Amino acid sequence: MSIDYAAQILAGSHRAAARLISWLEDEDERAYGLMAGLYPHTGSAYVVGITGSPGAGKSTLTDKLARVIRKNGLKVGIIAVDPSSPFTGGALLGDRVRMNELTQDPDIFIRSMATRGFLGGMAKSTAEVVKVLDALGKDVIIIETVGVGQDEVDIIGIADTTCVVLVPGLGDAIQSMKAGIMEIADVFAVNKADKQGADQLCGEICARLEIDSHIKERDWTAPVNRTIAVEDIGIEELWLSIESHRKYLFDSGRFYTNRRERTSRETLRMIHAELFRVIREQLEKNGRLDAAVEELMNKKRDPYTLMREIVNEWLSISRHKETS
Amino acid sequence: MFDEKVLQKIQAGKDNWDQGPLAKSLSKSPEAKPVFTTISGTPVQRLYTPLDIKELDYDIDLGYPGTFPFTRGVQPTMYRGRFWTMRQYAGFGDARSTNERYRYLLKQGQTGLSVAFQLPTQAGYDSDHPLSMGEVGKVGVAIDHIDDMKTLFDQIPLDKVTTSMTMNAPAGVLLAMYLAIAQEQGVSWDKVGGTVQNDVLKEIICRGQYIYPPKQTMRLTVDLIEFCQKNVPKWNSISISGYHIRESGSTAGQEMAFTIADGIAYTQACIERGMAVDSFAPRLSFFFNAFTNVLEEVAKFRAGRRYWAKVMKERFKAKDPRSMMLRYHVQTGGVTLTAQQPLNNIVRVALQSYATALGGAQSLHTNSYDEALCLPTQQAVTVALRTQQIVAEESGATDTIDPLAGCYYVENMTDRIEAEIDDYIKKIDAMGGTLAAIEQGYIQKEIQNSSYRFQKEIESGERIYVGINRYTMEEPPPTGLLKVDMSVGEIKAAELRNYRAQRDQAKWKAALDKLRQVSATNENVMPYVVEAVKAKATVGEICDVWRGVFGEYRPKEFI
Amino acid sequence: MARKIKMIMAKPGLDGHDRGAKLLARIFAEAGMEVVYTGLRQTPEMIVSAAEQEDADVVGLSSLSGVHNYFFPRVVELMKEKGLDDVLLVGGGGGIIPEEDYDSLKKSGMAAIFGPGTPTTEIVSFIENNVRKR
Ligand SMILES: Nc1nc2c(ncn2[C@@H]2O[C@H](COP(=O)(O)OP(=O)(O)O)[C@@H](O)[C@H]2O)c(=O)[nH]1
Ligand SMILES: [Mg+2]
Repeated sequence: MSIDYAAQILAGSHRAAARLISWLEDEDERAYGLMAGLYPHTGSAYVVGITGSPGAGKSTLTDKLARVIRKNGLKVGIIAVDPSSPFTGGALLGDRVRMNELTQDPDIFIRSMATRGFLGGMAKSTAEVVKVLDALGKDVIIIETVGVGQDEVDIIGIADTTCVVLVPGLGDAIQSMKAGIMEIADVFAVNKADKQGADQLCGEICARLEIDSHIKERDWTAPVNRTIAVEDIGIEELWLSIESHRKYLFDSGRFYTNRRERTSRETLRMIHAELFRVIREQLEKNGRLDAAVEELMNKKRDPYTLMREIVNEWLSISRHKETS
Repeated sequence: MFDEKVLQKIQAGKDNWDQGPLAKSLSKSPEAKPVFTTISGTPVQRLYTPLDIKELDYDIDLGYPGTFPFTRGVQPTMYRGRFWTMRQYAGFGDARSTNERYRYLLKQGQTGLSVAFQLPTQAGYDSDHPLSMGEVGKVGVAIDHIDDMKTLFDQIPLDKVTTSMTMNAPAGVLLAMYLAIAQEQGVSWDKVGGTVQNDVLKEIICRGQYIYPPKQTMRLTVDLIEFCQKNVPKWNSISISGYHIRESGSTAGQEMAFTIADGIAYTQACIERGMAVDSFAPRLSFFFNAFTNVLEEVAKFRAGRRYWAKVMKERFKAKDPRSMMLRYHVQTGGVTLTAQQPLNNIVRVALQSYATALGGAQSLHTNSYDEALCLPTQQAVTVALRTQQIVAEESGATDTIDPLAGCYYVENMTDRIEAEIDDYIKKIDAMGGTLAAIEQGYIQKEIQNSSYRFQKEIESGERIYVGINRYTMEEPPPTGLLKVDMSVGEIKAAELRNYRAQRDQAKWKAALDKLRQVSATNENVMPYVVEAVKAKATVGEICDVWRGVFGEYRPKEFI
Repeated sequence: MARKIKMIMAKPGLDGHDRGAKLLARIFAEAGMEVVYTGLRQTPEMIVSAAEQEDADVVGLSSLSGVHNYFFPRVVELMKEKGLDDVLLVGGGGGIIPEEDYDSLKKSGMAAIFGPGTPTTEIVSFIENNVRKR
């Protein structure tokens, strides 16, 4: 059955992809075998991240950008992330509203995801979901981040091109500069250019980029695009900017090094996650965690020694296995 | 309003009562609830006395009917001159059957018409559009072209009745049809009276019948206002609506506040177009809801009148008193009706009509008791009309002007609602105005939160609603409901095919081309819309021209 | 990671009365579900594509303009066509959906039609008790 799903995804089945994504979100065991099968078929999709504060127009831009990309004959996958409630664990996923018309195009796949407590503006499994959409045959994958905080820099770990959306009049530029958002941009979209202050904002961004270029030698300077997403203005140009960044990545060899870094990081992250999962499961199952917590609460033990003890135990098990 | 000495005496008396009779009674038997609130959730005190309206200055805050700040009413004689216009919102099926309902209503003593259009027409689609499937003639009449409109007003003289049209994003198209028909009837435009809703902001906020992006749709709104100001002087070129804001869950104060915020945005837009404020403001009209809590509603209307007058005078520097008048239509609260024990709704509507009369409205639609179940039947419509006739003729509410003025409770609540409105307007101004507040979802979220709070109150039993969470009973399923013939859609589709084939193609195409071209400029589109409808262009075709020029809009949904 | 119920909340047709739909979306989210709100003006095709791509466990339809007899069965039919037959389909529309229509709607494949005044807790537990296992 699981083999079936992988084949179906490779054949372009939205339904099979949707199910696998659910399993990834749930960290369901069934996902991993399938992912192993899909892995050789990933790597060809181009990943674009769209980030910026809430209400900046990310969803609207994503909708319009997807249309432009489709006009270029490319297939599009969209991952739109919204926050889960820390209190109820539930989530309201509203980005899809802006992309409704896209739903009818069989070459577009949109998935809404909740963060489920994961920080950094994305869901924990976002990187895996990108692979699924890649294997599904989508040429460009757009990730719309949550946009709740200013600390959403994780996107650069997944996206080939990161587009930062800023809007005039909110002191956005200054805020973002403080939070280091400016540094992650490969492309800027100054959206809501119909509003007052767009010129000023563009000026501020350019000035900042100028200063940066003196401090640090860079061979790519993020272009600043003005867009009016609601009126579908400036979107073609935005796409051209993304395209030229892509060309730059390829020509400079950065594409390869970035992807290599990403693979390395992801591998480490996966090892980390799996290790943690296994240890945690064990500790929970054999009651040791409970017992330890009890001792910690009573101050009979301290967590620092305990942590080393547990890790060392595990390491010695594996070392033991290796040598035997 | 009271001098210091009198107030001191009252304070002493109240203290005595508090510590004496009241304390004694409370110690024997507590009150039914720890807190009493209006349906809007506003806390209500046990007792109101002159102490609660200490700040009230009669001349400044109340004044006289027909004079600034119009708290007591917009006309000097109010209902002693003539009653409000009794205007029942009606429309279903095709133009022919709705025309029959109109003529029936006029014969029953109704004094104005109010057209309910089907959803496809409101959303700018013809009856044969794929999105119209299943919707044709359902919640209103199907009007696709000028000949439908002609049938709708067959044998109804347009210089004798006034007509209200609930039409927003495509308002100009339907108004153009109406005006073209008036011409055919030989009625000149300066004799034509009525209202077109033309309020696109509340469509984005809560009603959902938007088509174009905010800026473009506002341009069409202002085009219509400007066109009427020049050519149709008796026409109310917009009806700024709080009704739907309330229906979607707001409180009374929010209803008034957000409607006034919309009003400010439209006024601003017209001024930016270059119109002098007194040239168009007298033709701005409003539309509100009336719920069952009579006194809160009355306070809302009075507070709204006073606040709007100040806005127009102080913010927009209007000189003409008519520019400062909050003239409004009321519809009784659709969401207050229950599907359970539907006859109870007659009582609700009666109270709501009474509130409307005490509040000083210019026209009223009373809902039919079966409206939570279906489109109103003839019997239910008649009861609804009779309800307002009873309020007008028998209740005595109409004999004197603003009868609740001076009521400690009502004056206190009027002040409080006015302060709430002012709070909201200041917040919205600080956000950069109404459009910005809508775009950020501020207004929508405020409404959602009220709606949510109300639902929770009902479910927890904290608030009693008769027939819903108290006094419920087993009932047989209701009978005799009005069903719209599903075949209207097919008939309409066939008719449209014919219509399109038979019109003068060259003339039709030229009119639409011209409209397209003008729409891309800053010129007022209205004269070209009139030409287009005369050339037999349909609602959907004209709206498509604008879809091409302006693009379509999907607002963010705030939950 | 615990499984979450994924739900699509949709308003088919041109009806703009979304007070109830939004309220429910919020209440479902508070009950721990992940709710995709698709907003207004949904065609049956759009609703079904959304259900497919989101791998929804539940699709909620709300309609107050009296077009339920047209739209609800159409959604059911398309869901079946796509092989999404294990998705729980529920609908509501206050008193506008007459009780006499409930049976035929259920026969067409709707799991439940919630009448006017149904407590939201009841709707939530119906969904929790009847949703598929994935
Ligand atoms: N004026 C203006 N409003 C826009 C523009 N783009 C988006 N919006 C509005 O901004 C609000 C938020 O848009 P959305 O795409 O949902 O933002 P997100 O939260 O970043 O995904 C919506 O009300 C949009 O209609 C634009 O270019 N100009
Ligand atoms: Mg978004």
